[in-house]
Amino acid sequence: MLILSVIPDPEIPAVNISEMGMLRDVLITDKGYEIIITPTYSGCPAMGMIEMDIKATLESSGVNPVTVKLVQHPAWTTDWMSDEAKEKLSKYGIAPPLHSSCKAGEFLHNVIECPRCKSKNTVQLSRFGSTACKSLYKCENCKEPFEYFKCH
Amino acid sequence: MTKEQQALYKYTLSLGDNALIQSYRLSEWCSHAPILEEDLALTNFALDMTGRAQMLLTYAAQVDGNGKTDDDLAYRRKERDFYNHLIMELPNGDFAFTMARLLLTSAYEFYFFTELKHSDDKTLAGIAAKTVKEVKYHMAHATDWVLRLGDGTTESHNRIQDAVNELWQYTGELFETNSADALLRDKNIAVDLLSVKDEWKNYVSKVLSEATLSKPTDGYMHSGSNNGMHTEYLGHILSEMQYLQRAYPEATW
Repeated sequence: MLILSVIPDPEIPAVNISEMGMLRDVLITDKGYEIIITPTYSGCPAMGMIEMDIKATLESSGVNPVTVKLVQHPAWTTDWMSDEAKEKLSKYGIAPPLHSSCKAGEFLHNVIECPRCKSKNTVQLSRFGSTACKSLYKCENCKEPFEYFKCH
Repeated sequence: MTKEQQALYKYTLSLGDNALIQSYRLSEWCSHAPILEEDLALTNFALDMTGRAQMLLTYAAQVDGNGKTDDDLAYRRKERDFYNHLIMELPNGDFAFTMARLLLTSAYEFYFFTELKHSDDKTLAGIAAKTVKEVKYHMAHATDWVLRLGDGTTESHNRIQDAVNELWQYTGELFETNSADALLRDKNIAVDLLSVKDEWKNYVSKVLSEATLSKPTDGYMHSGSNNGMHTEYLGHILSEMQYLQRAYPEATW
């Protein structure tokens, strides 16, 4: 687990796969090491990359043979992201997901805090962004555009 | 394969095909949407659906147990072996037609997968849980557009009303059941479509009335996908989508 914690998320290198909650378990069996991961978004193209990174990282540390297994149940949620990961996202310039809004069903109209100047005076520019997990916002205070990691 | 496995294979395949073909249609909007934000939205949805198709077809192949992959199922199956609903394969038409279809299909998927989350098949339940999270964005987006177009100008109102009228005859098929469904329902694997139908109807009726649109009356309903009978459009989709694997079998990156 510790060795795997250095693998960054290919789309957001500021956080690693363990903090993101994608890395679920490591099983040691007769046949070797089985790494259990859960995909974040269905169409996330980073999953293939993560699988390759896991194998390469472990094999270079002398851990083999390694198989990576994708498990769909239970489904990944932004609630699995650690507070540390959210802090890192914010420093990286991406507003972290608001937990409670997912449950309230008001997932489209949130007050999102600007990760740069912390102002709450922000507007949504586009509901969908450069990757499946983000939408685009603009801060009316510091005038900087920023991305928001959507609740999932 | 046991009867139950066969039923599960077809059930999973049809869910996968719905996602795959719908994704194909939405992808056709890439670089053609009216505004950039819309281009992002439609292609984001298409990506969600491709991901869902991949998970479902991978699982279908696993149930089948013949060593096939998700790619084999997507690229090497014939038209008559596809089980997506007819509404998914209809051409995009204008933007209003695409949004009207997205409202009808995403609302269907939202209620369907909300039920499927409780399936005793844990893989389907996991995929369903993921899908619900994504589909609620699709549904909210389509709802906004149907309201905006319906309650907009005379031109936009007429176009979205025409689209709803045209699409309505393809909605009956969404709630058809077959003997395989019944078998899976007994095992608490498949969804009870009757309750999905009520929720779907309530939601769609509410949006249409708020958008000042009239809900068409249930008349003749098209059907056939359950037996692999499709409109002429699916063949054209497959001839493009499967071209590479047909022309150069075994080609890889």
